Amino acid sequence: MKDLNETNNPYCDDKVIDACSIFGMMNTTGERFSGECVIRAIANMHVRGNGLGGGFAIYGIYPEYAGCYAFHIMYLSREGKSEVEDFLKDRFRFMTAEEVPTRRTQKIVNPPLVWRYFLEVDQQKCNGQPQDDYVMDRVMEINTRIKDAFVFSSGKDMAVFKGVGYPEEIAEYFCLEEYEGYLWTAHGRFPTNTPGWWGGAHPFSILDWTVVHNGEISSYGINRRYLEGFGYHCTMQTDTEVIAYAVDLLVRKHGLPMEIVAKILAPPFWDDIERCPEDEQKLFRTLRQVYGSLLLNGPFTVIIANHGEMIGFTDRIRLRPLTAGVKDSVLYLSSEESAIRLICPDLDQAWIPMGGEPVVGSLERPIVSKGVTIAERNEAPC
Amino acid sequence: MKVKSYLPPKFIVERNPDRCIQCQVCVNQCSFDVHYYDAEDDEVRSHEENCVGCHRCVVFCPTNALTIRKNPLDYRENYNWRPEVIEDITKQAETGGVLLTGMGNDKGYRIYWDHLVINASQVTNPSIDPLREPMELITYLGRKPDRLELDHNSLSLKTELAPQVKIEVPVMFSAMSYGAVSLNVQKSLARAATEAGTLWNTGEGGLHHSLYEYADNTIVQVASGRFGVHSRYLNAARIIEIKIGQGAKPGIGGHLPGEKVSADVAATRTIPQGTDALSPAPQHDIYSIEDLAQLIHALKEATNYTKPVAVKIAAVHNSAAIAIGMVRAGADIIVLDGFRGATGAAPKVIRDNVGIPIELALASVDSRLRQEGIRSQASIVISGGIRSSGDVVKAIALGADAIYIGTAALVALGCTLCQQCHTGKCAWGICTTNPFLTKRINPDIGTRRLTNLLRSWSLEIKDILGGMGINAVESLRGNRLHLRGIGLTKTELEILGVKMAGN
Repeated sequence: MKDLNETNNPYCDDKVIDACSIFGMMNTTGERFSGECVIRAIANMHVRGNGLGGGFAIYGIYPEYAGCYAFHIMYLSREGKSEVEDFLKDRFRFMTAEEVPTRRTQKIVNPPLVWRYFLEVDQQKCNGQPQDDYVMDRVMEINTRIKDAFVFSSGKDMAVFKGVGYPEEIAEYFCLEEYEGYLWTAHGRFPTNTPGWWGGAHPFSILDWTVVHNGEISSYGINRRYLEGFGYHCTMQTDTEVIAYAVDLLVRKHGLPMEIVAKILAPPFWDDIERCPEDEQKLFRTLRQVYGSLLLNGPFTVIIANHGEMIGFTDRIRLRPLTAGVKDSVLYLSSEESAIRLICPDLDQAWIPMGGEPVVGSLERPIVSKGVTIAERNEAPC
Repeated sequence: MKVKSYLPPKFIVERNPDRCIQCQVCVNQCSFDVHYYDAEDDEVRSHEENCVGCHRCVVFCPTNALTIRKNPLDYRENYNWRPEVIEDITKQAETGGVLLTGMGNDKGYRIYWDHLVINASQVTNPSIDPLREPMELITYLGRKPDRLELDHNSLSLKTELAPQVKIEVPVMFSAMSYGAVSLNVQKSLARAATEAGTLWNTGEGGLHHSLYEYADNTIVQVASGRFGVHSRYLNAARIIEIKIGQGAKPGIGGHLPGEKVSADVAATRTIPQGTDALSPAPQHDIYSIEDLAQLIHALKEATNYTKPVAVKIAAVHNSAAIAIGMVRAGADIIVLDGFRGATGAAPKVIRDNVGIPIELALASVDSRLRQEGIRSQASIVISGGIRSSGDVVKAIALGADAIYIGTAALVALGCTLCQQCHTGKCAWGICTTNPFLTKRINPDIGTRRLTNLLRSWSLEIKDILGGMGINAVESLRGNRLHLRGIGLTKTELEILGVKMAGN
């Protein structure tokens, strides 16, 4: 079994430590738009990264293959590619396979080969396992067993493009201005203890989930041990990986809504809970009692995306920055307000969310903004 | 026939004649008959062979005339036949009995807490100032489900949790029974626990009627003697603790001599006055794990499923496997008592040779419960020689939900670990039922000293957490990445689940 950690965390530190710029933009009507403005926005926060990682996630990118799992896979060798392709052919129905288009640029040196595959799951091969679980297990297999290969993303009608370089350089390399989606997230990275490795860049993705994240989780040790109890193996030892698995567990497996997940990852303080209405008190208290090991402690801002949903929040005492902005039906989330203002100077509103307070963009509901409680959300028209 | 004992005095009592004013405070304070007044010579003198080194007289001498020093006992050097060994044999030769002692294992086994160091944030992660930011120590003890189910529309809970008990600080007072310690000590513990929002534990001696007002902060114990166990007792408690074993004497029962069973102790224990209170070594209705399950469920039935049931065992070789069984048998809280845990009386050979360090037991139990996927089904509480807030933080990082302190609480009340608990003569008025001595603990002062101790520790824990960049204790629990080992072997590091410092 190959050890991804050797690549991603060569000095065997507790985990990979990095800081970052993050940006998210979503049109809550589902209308697709080009990445041009997202690229300009993340480039505006150039100094928050150090050129050792940049990446983008795009939802609604492949409407023509909306029903297929879109695998973006990075290869460091031809052998890795042929081994993965044999593996995939054995376990999936191939709809299309092609190299991801790139352009030669001066800044990107020694890029790996990146291919994309549109795959369908053969129900008989799942052996009764839910399709998503089947796909997730295969992704883990490729990432942990096959040399020189790494899956960037594996969801439906979504994709992750990432690599070593500043985000604007990665965008140029992958010709991202040519793609459209209704939800984009972007990331510029400043790692301190990992070499430039393309797989280690953000967004981190599993199935339809993507996570871009700025921070260092001081609860990492217990978050990871807790998730291991549910069968998640943190192969890359990054905070981001832990967040992605936590969300997968809570939303997909435990069936909890995203706002509730935010209250687990960045819960209200006990004192604040005491001040809530009684039913919320009970809810929040129970969430902390049961899921206390998933509390993310330490400084972070995170943007988590899924189909039809983008959510951003910081740690409970807001040790890393997050600004939200709204213009008509478009929600912006950013490390810095300047990046939003650059591409949308006339915002309807811009605000800094309270620590732990989630900002949610959804195709199904109006944008949840400043300090809206769960009770109020229930009363809001859908 | 009185034969001269071959035991030399352990301590030398030095009385500075320039300072001594013959006030006889020492004579009155010493419960071991060391000091006596010679009226003929108008001089206070000493029977040094009686001195246990408790330093009560030193503290209370108004002119600081007294010094207690160790008697050097310079036998010919011999690493194997140390003075303690020689004296133990001498005692046995003179008495023919099992040597008894008090407090916990005092031998030089490795103290793992002293080989673990704690992390702090620098640059990439800001430390948090507990004076300016919230810092949360609240802990809930009890069984938790693996997942919650919510009604998606109303976001109301579909899952009902088993009873949870909240403590404001993850430090509780461990079991010390009425009879072993005095009522004033229990009163101090109960009131301090109530003021600090934590819990105290009755031990196996029942709950005195005057302490029912503190029932909301009380853990009641059900032990092998079943002393004082009745419906009101069980239903008063916040938590019921089944005591299987005790770190100081794993596999050994208890014996409260009849002289200590006063009318009040007898009433509380529901036994006749003046009779020996014998706690059998095993619980005679628990010869196997399925029997434990029956007792757990009987207690839950008796209290209508309103209280978590804890099971306390001494840390022994197979703790991890035993703990798994306990959780599967329905225990909501597992209590592990390490071999440094104290006792009111235990055979010395047991205290000094049986059981394992709590650090290792805790680490392996926490890991095993996680491997089995049942860690959330029970809280882990540990005890046995926890000395400081630093130890508490390390224990939580290894996986404990809360920590019991016994010895540390008694030290706060004046105990100096002279290890004479089994004699019933405690000069500090702690481990005795002699009314002349028990009044030395004033419950008002005792309460203040104990709440002060809890307050200092919680402030210190918050400082350490803040330094690590953590503002809720649940993010430390089981977070072994915040620990590093120093001077430990590879196997020790593996069992503790921590890396070597520098790594």
